[in-house]
Amino acid sequence: MAKVLVVTSGKGGVGKTTSTAALGAALAQMGEKVVVIDFDVGLRNLDLVMGAERRVVFDLINVVQGIAKLSQALIRDKRLENLWLLPASQTRDKDALTDDGVRSIIADLRTKFDWILCDSPAGIERGATLAMRYADEAVIVTNPEVSSVRDSDRIIGMLDSKTVKAESGERVEKHVLITRYDTARAARGEMLSIEDVLEILATPLLGIIPESQDVLRASNVGSPVTLNNANSAPARAYSDAARRLMGETVTMMVPVERKGLMDRLLGRRAA
Amino acid sequence: MMNLLRLLGGRPATAPVARERLQILLAHERGLRGQPDLLGVLRSEILAVVSRHVVLDPEKVTVRMDRGKNVSTLEVDIEVPNSLERSMAAAT
Repeated sequence: MAKVLVVTSGKGGVGKTTSTAALGAALAQMGEKVVVIDFDVGLRNLDLVMGAERRVVFDLINVVQGIAKLSQALIRDKRLENLWLLPASQTRDKDALTDDGVRSIIADLRTKFDWILCDSPAGIERGATLAMRYADEAVIVTNPEVSSVRDSDRIIGMLDSKTVKAESGERVEKHVLITRYDTARAARGEMLSIEDVLEILATPLLGIIPESQDVLRASNVGSPVTLNNANSAPARAYSDAARRLMGETVTMMVPVERKGLMDRLLGRRAA
Repeated sequence: MMNLLRLLGGRPATAPVARERLQILLAHERGLRGQPDLLGVLRSEILAVVSRHVVLDPEKVTVRMDRGKNVSTLEVDIEVPNSLERSMAAAT
């Protein structure tokens, strides 16, 4: 049965789009048929992070408005044949996205895919509420930092009240994904620890993505982190998180950078 | 270990401060969430009742709540134009 998963956070810049692309690609690599949808109308970026920016012809709004068929707007990934992208529109009209439109697109996609990943825009406005509206599960992307944790708490409140699941007395299954985590700084008491964040948010942990230069490297070349360098620390962390989404039990740990000989000789610091 | 490093001239740990501030703030914010806009509801209902008897400018009605430790106060300030009062007095 298809699962609709929203990747959300409230705060901007914490890694929603990076995480959507990385988890989507990791699930596809495990053989699942996956579509990632960009809900950030007016500021689309998932296409860029996925390396599909020059292949966008039609978008989510075109489908909502009946200008294009869903099959015309879906872009198939060039690296993974069971990974697809539904890009956002660049229109400035925020009202172009409607509840009815989103409901019918999600219902249609449910018949064709195993996973529907909704990349939420930042904020708590229309785009963010519609991205979570039909979700079965939610990944709340959180940086170990006060403003991000506060906004995550707010978003958790919305997932428990403003989704179709919540309104019908069910629960959206929620997971916290901690990104940009720096083990050394947390050990020195300079950064909120994993335990601190989980205790405050009272939500189970999906994974810990370490702060890493590999994330920027991957987005520079338009490749999901998990595809660009599968052995990098963040790629392994995202793959573990994807396996947990599939129901596997994977020991929780923070992958560390594996320094090569040249790195050691040149004294390069791992990010 | 962490304390030792700090004794050796390290900076004080700030994460415990972050944690405490968040716990206090979120306890407060979660409390507000259950009762969406209590003041807004009060204001519109008070306005509806008073408007049945007096013609009012809705802009001139303010409802404020001060939460104290033991007692909270609800302050309702309704401005009624004098011309209206006079016309009401004349009518009765």
